Amino acid sequence: MRAAVIVFPGSNCDRDMAVALRAAGADVSMVWHKDSDLPEGVDLVAVPGGFSFGDYLRCGAIAAQSPICKAVVAHAERGGYVLGVCNGFQVLTESGLLPGALMRNAELKFVCKTLDLKVETSTSGFTEGYNAGDVVAFPVAHHDGNYTADPETLQRLEADDRVAFRYVQNPNGSVADIAGILSANRRVLGMMPHPERAVDMGHGGTDGQALFRGLIGQLANA
Amino acid sequence: MKARVHVMLKNGVLDPQGEAVRHALGNLGFDGVSGVRQGKVIELDLADGTSEDTITDMCEKLLANTVIESYRVELL
Repeated sequence: MRAAVIVFPGSNCDRDMAVALRAAGADVSMVWHKDSDLPEGVDLVAVPGGFSFGDYLRCGAIAAQSPICKAVVAHAERGGYVLGVCNGFQVLTESGLLPGALMRNAELKFVCKTLDLKVETSTSGFTEGYNAGDVVAFPVAHHDGNYTADPETLQRLEADDRVAFRYVQNPNGSVADIAGILSANRRVLGMMPHPERAVDMGHGGTDGQALFRGLIGQLANA
Repeated sequence: MKARVHVMLKNGVLDPQGEAVRHALGNLGFDGVSGVRQGKVIELDLADGTSEDTITDMCEKLLANTVIESYRVELL
């Protein structure tokens, strides 16, 4: 199973993401934002957390226009898997791969702590390692994680079982406590919390392992 | 030619930063400020003859996130 981790200027969770993917058995390459092609045979693209382009204009807005992002969109349109975490989630909404937008936290504070999340669906490559209703603890670290979308979009997300994770205690004002959502084909996941920071006992918890192992297991068998 | 693009959060989208500014104005003793909305202004230096459609395209593709923001183009 081959994975690519995209690196933008200002990415800071790219190496953590690579470590988590490798620990779960993926063959990982790091891909610079100026590249216009993904390495051949990539099954999964991970868009990591950080502050790409200094969060200029809007979080993720400049990154979403980078050459590699066109390749990531094409990969997703071909049915490829894409995981966007934190700033990566912002990049995916800005690039149009996921609906809605991430605004400044309602309390205007940078939130940095480990939070409980409820797994809302196990019907996706990302979440099949969990049971719907499981509560997992992942760290969050963001200033702009306040998910919003218009009422029709929200209704569609709920009706199609596309909310992957919800906060047990909402840290940022996200509508409907949404922490992560899936694309219509369930192969693109964007989430603010960091599963890659919960894969080793040294992190204080390993609840994120099931996400990476489940995904990589599924892709390896494909 | 120059153009100025005004980007604002859409009506109905909660603006926590504007709300914080409103509170701060109240703390400074400015009474009667019932609402503050914060946006941004982007000034563009453009090749002469750039069409308004092109500027609109810039707004739609990058300068504004139309999920949450509205924009207005002012030609200078």
